[in-house]
Amino acid sequence: MMLENKTITVTIDGVPVSVPAGTTIMEAAETLGVHIPRLCYHPSLSRQGSCRICIVEVKDMPYFMTSCSVEVSEGMEVRTNSPEIRQARRDIIELLLDNHPKECQTCERDGNCELQRLAYSLGVRERLFEGERKSFDIEASGRSVVRDSEKCILCQRCVRVCSEVQGVYNLSQQSRGFGTVVTPAHFQAMDESVCVQCGQCINVCPTAAFLEQNHTEFVWQALADPAKHVVVQTAPSIRATIGEGFGLEPGTPTTGRMITALRRMGFDAVFDTDLGADLTIVEEANEFIGRLKTGPLPMITSCSPGWINFMEKFYPELIPNASTCRSPMTMLSALAKTYYAETTGRRPEDIYMVAVMPCVAKKFEARRPEHYIGPDIPMTDAVLTTRELIWMIKSYGIDFAGLPDGDFDAPLGIATGAGDIFGTTGGVMEATLRTASETLTGEKCEKLEFKEVRAVEGLREVDLVIGDMTLSVGVANGLQNAKILLDKVVSGEKSFHIIEIMACPGGCIGGGGQPYPPSGYEILDSKLLALRAGALYEVDKNRPVRRSHANPAVKAIYDTFLGEPGSPKSHELLHTTYHPQLPRGIR
Amino acid sequence: MPSTPYSNYKTLRAETTSRLETLRSQYSIQIQVGSATCENAAGADIVRAEFLKHIKASGRQDIMLRQTGCTGRCSREPIVTVLEPGRLPIVYGDVNRESVHEIFTRHILGGEPVASLMLDTQIEDRAPDYELLFCAGERCGRLTTWDVQESFRKKLRQRGIGETRVRLIEAECFGLCEGDVSESRAHVLVRPTGVLYRISSEADVERIIDADLMGRRVLEDLVLPDQPLSMRFFTLYGDAAFFNHQARVALRNSGLIDPVSLDEYIEHDGFMGLAQVLEKNDPDWLIDQINAAKLRGRGGGGYPTGQKWAMGRAATDPVKYIICNADEGDPGAFMDRNILESDPFTIVEGMAIGAFAIGAHQGFVYIRAEYPLAISRIEQAMETCRERNLLGPNILGSGFDFDIEIRLGAGAFVCGEETALIASIEGERGQPQIRPPYPTERGLWGKPTVINNVETFANVPVIINHGAEWFSRIGTHQSGGTKVFALAGKVKHTGLVEVPMGTTLRQVVEVVGGGTASGKQIRAVQTGGPAGGCIPADWMDTPVDFDTLMKAGSIMGSGGMIVLDEDDCMVDVARFYLAFSQDESCGKCTPCREGTKRMLEILDRIVAGKGSMEDLDRLQRLGLLARKASLCGLGRAAPNPVLSTIEHFRDEYVAHIVQKRCPAHKCRLLITYEIDPEKCVGCALCAKNCPVGCIKGERREPHEIDQSRCIKCGKCYQVCRFGAVGLR
Repeated sequence: MMLENKTITVTIDGVPVSVPAGTTIMEAAETLGVHIPRLCYHPSLSRQGSCRICIVEVKDMPYFMTSCSVEVSEGMEVRTNSPEIRQARRDIIELLLDNHPKECQTCERDGNCELQRLAYSLGVRERLFEGERKSFDIEASGRSVVRDSEKCILCQRCVRVCSEVQGVYNLSQQSRGFGTVVTPAHFQAMDESVCVQCGQCINVCPTAAFLEQNHTEFVWQALADPAKHVVVQTAPSIRATIGEGFGLEPGTPTTGRMITALRRMGFDAVFDTDLGADLTIVEEANEFIGRLKTGPLPMITSCSPGWINFMEKFYPELIPNASTCRSPMTMLSALAKTYYAETTGRRPEDIYMVAVMPCVAKKFEARRPEHYIGPDIPMTDAVLTTRELIWMIKSYGIDFAGLPDGDFDAPLGIATGAGDIFGTTGGVMEATLRTASETLTGEKCEKLEFKEVRAVEGLREVDLVIGDMTLSVGVANGLQNAKILLDKVVSGEKSFHIIEIMACPGGCIGGGGQPYPPSGYEILDSKLLALRAGALYEVDKNRPVRRSHANPAVKAIYDTFLGEPGSPKSHELLHTTYHPQLPRGIR
Repeated sequence: MPSTPYSNYKTLRAETTSRLETLRSQYSIQIQVGSATCENAAGADIVRAEFLKHIKASGRQDIMLRQTGCTGRCSREPIVTVLEPGRLPIVYGDVNRESVHEIFTRHILGGEPVASLMLDTQIEDRAPDYELLFCAGERCGRLTTWDVQESFRKKLRQRGIGETRVRLIEAECFGLCEGDVSESRAHVLVRPTGVLYRISSEADVERIIDADLMGRRVLEDLVLPDQPLSMRFFTLYGDAAFFNHQARVALRNSGLIDPVSLDEYIEHDGFMGLAQVLEKNDPDWLIDQINAAKLRGRGGGGYPTGQKWAMGRAATDPVKYIICNADEGDPGAFMDRNILESDPFTIVEGMAIGAFAIGAHQGFVYIRAEYPLAISRIEQAMETCRERNLLGPNILGSGFDFDIEIRLGAGAFVCGEETALIASIEGERGQPQIRPPYPTERGLWGKPTVINNVETFANVPVIINHGAEWFSRIGTHQSGGTKVFALAGKVKHTGLVEVPMGTTLRQVVEVVGGGTASGKQIRAVQTGGPAGGCIPADWMDTPVDFDTLMKAGSIMGSGGMIVLDEDDCMVDVARFYLAFSQDESCGKCTPCREGTKRMLEILDRIVAGKGSMEDLDRLQRLGLLARKASLCGLGRAAPNPVLSTIEHFRDEYVAHIVQKRCPAHKCRLLITYEIDPEKCVGCALCAKNCPVGCIKGERREPHEIDQSRCIKCGKCYQVCRFGAVGLR
């Protein structure tokens, strides 16, 4: 029974500090500039207290207390670095290391591993307790997510992000004690489980127990193959986040340098997924206006493959509500292998399309049978996450930060600001509104920014007046938030006209393929997400064209190739179908 | 008169009394057969069936065969008691099909008890007419300055009455402490009449001998008006040292009543406590009583029950839960099972009282699925209580609603931990959660929840019936009442033992348990199960209580007590318990999951002769880490067996490590088998039986073992007829 506004005074390492009631010891120490080491703790997830790294000594307590979970009480005397605590922390880290592969030098996360960092900073310099080490096969059958349980230290951040943030509840612990392992239920393979491939488990993992399915080798091979015309497209959010991998401040837009880096690596053409986004808007706006007359409503966006997987497993009854538009990536890939192939006189099979995505579910999407242009010819050949591209650029030896700016190739690289903002929550909705408001009212709409749909807190329900009609709009990012909206739709509690759902917190800027955050930031950190989103809004603002339907390249593609939005050719290349998938998720 | 909960109870009780009287009036002999899982496993089912056959065949209509719960006398089950009015109850042990025939023909039909089959009695040929039990309670039982027992003995001798007619027995506290204790007097119980006398002078002794024992006339002026709690138990079982040195409070009905008979439970003051509480209708008074009784949680933690209830009561949420923790998981502990199987109604009553205290209307019994009989008994008890308005809406017309559901545990040890238990009931993986928040703030489904152990609940009705003051006096200053122990190991009498808090280990092990079965020296007593430690024999005078055991490096735990003698290797014992905890570790927190594994690996090395002295430091370092840094009680206590044995039996570890020798010859890999050439006659039997053929020697010449090939199977040691194969 905590009293609001009550201040509590405690002593931490001999220094008195006053903090509001309800503050944890860890938070109180932070006000003194003391960062208590931690591992299973994550500010966006429930308090778990299982790693025991953040233990402190509290006077008169017979046991060490976890500072992440224990709230301060009046007069509490805390020691964060007594010799006993320091030894206990070292011993705990050593115990984790003793049951962990000795593969640091060849590990994906070498230099970027929280366990490694803690072992160093806490001073673990000897191994006293080595013995049996756990042994599990790497589960690499999934098209997006690879699980290496030997590297798992059972902090359960993945379990919590999967349930608390994503509402998927796919990961849990199996067996017990020393044999405990995190897997989908009954040790199912990832793609045969209810996993939606969002990749948030990879993001929160302190080690390399979860990684994306690696596509870099395919790309190196394609680049080295003279018979292949290797093209690349970059998703809207990549330009806002890739710089983090090269020591640039989060929120630094690096579009031009990214393009130059890709050219240096030998890509034959560099396209902008933003164009796919513009096409999506035009097609989706057209579809939406049709649905306003014939239903079914609400229409739900379909850009996020994690969301599509979630829908097919958890909300199959909403399949008719999902926009039939393929994702921007796949739309652009489809055009690259048809329109671009025709205009440049190439066979589709000679074109190798690499998509750089903030997302690991895109790897799954690219392998869906619906997204093949012919037998054995996928629309998208390889999908690199932002992380993978950063590594490839580094591996190539390119000095990214010092590169000159480059430009996308025309016409598949010509895009608008509406496409850029696809990378953050509310962006698809905002871009749709820029186009739909003109289509619906028949007048040019001066308003370009619809800040009311930017669901930075994860979930928004807004009524927007467009001309003489009121649009009921829902925006959600993070699937647990999406569930709240979707349950209202399913139960009929509320009727929406249109809903934007992004599987990942914050939208693509918080995607499962984005860089591990630089020091000082946490994954899922709203500060970090705001900086990344800010970069996208800045890019948008500086664009000469900010409405998708005004994109000259889009116009040209319709005029010379597709016909009009919703035409049979558009339907063939730009739209898709969805199917309920098993196993069905429990929602 | 308007009906109140208590008047409704009186009516209910009157009905049961008349029902029981009608029933009993039809019979002149009662045969009681124990019926708990342990009894049945020992053959009680067969014994009952066999008696039934005999009764039918005899054509006698006046013989009643009834089932009771378990007395706790495990090593001698099945237990059968024959009751005849006016005669001493005769208790038989180890009864089987054959002995049923003998008991039935010689005793039931022939009227002569079969001395050779009786339990723990020194009766040579015939049972005495009377037995006098002298209360040995320190506080109130014998406050006389003169020796009452000796006085009886002398006066009986003067009258020429020998032990064959009147036997004198010293017994544990009768639990009389509720009365005035300033007076100088002693108490004696006369069996079989069950009359309890208060004696103040030598004249009283003479009167009892002359009037009662010789004249069969009860001296009403000396009779104590109140029946102390353990009276019925002593009346029935008071002749055996195993029983008469116990104080039965939680087990007051075990072995006495038919566990499925609500009538019999009510006859033994059952539901009187609940009726009083509902009549009084004051939860604060109730909690004060529990606090004043100094009742502490019997599940192991020893947290004051009254304080827990007060926190539950203070929680403002309108929905609260009360849970009975019947997830008894310590290896060798079965006191909870015994209570659930022998006296299930007391749990229903205890839970209802607890629920009333905190304001809960729903309770759960979390019980392990491995206890099918306990489950069915408690289910049956709940159903009967619902029929009689002792459970469900408007209990005894009080307006108080309370009901119970059963939830089965799948057998994970850690689910006995409160937060893991809650997770398990919720259908989640049974793993402990960080505390705070404590369950009393946020428990089952986020609601305030009070969890108490079976034995704790079993004590609650007694506190209400006999008063907090009385209960608190049974135990120590810090802790009231008794504790039930599961006594096992190298002790003569194994079984369930209930003694007052503060009883010394020696009293429990040597008097109640009868010392070691082998006659060998006791080396240590392991208490508290896998979370406990080993207390060395030098500390046998340690009074058993939560705090004292903690000081001795062990814990009370749920009450496991295993006696170890010279043949037990302390390193091996520590290894056994640690292996259990390691196997049962849930895997959530690092110190327990990884630390206990490494400790076990080190112990495995040591018992294999591959340890180093640094390993001892490592064990202590990891043990202290697990103790201080683990998330829950399991991890914190897991190193106790290791740390306590290192503390008290360091030499033994050193022997394993440095001399590569197991002093108790228990650790297989450290045993060396040798043939004494002096004793060996060269019969070659050992060589013939050696599975690896490593024994060589000429016929009629001393043989020799090739140590490099010996696999330490011990076959040669077993087969040698001349004692020539020795252990080193």
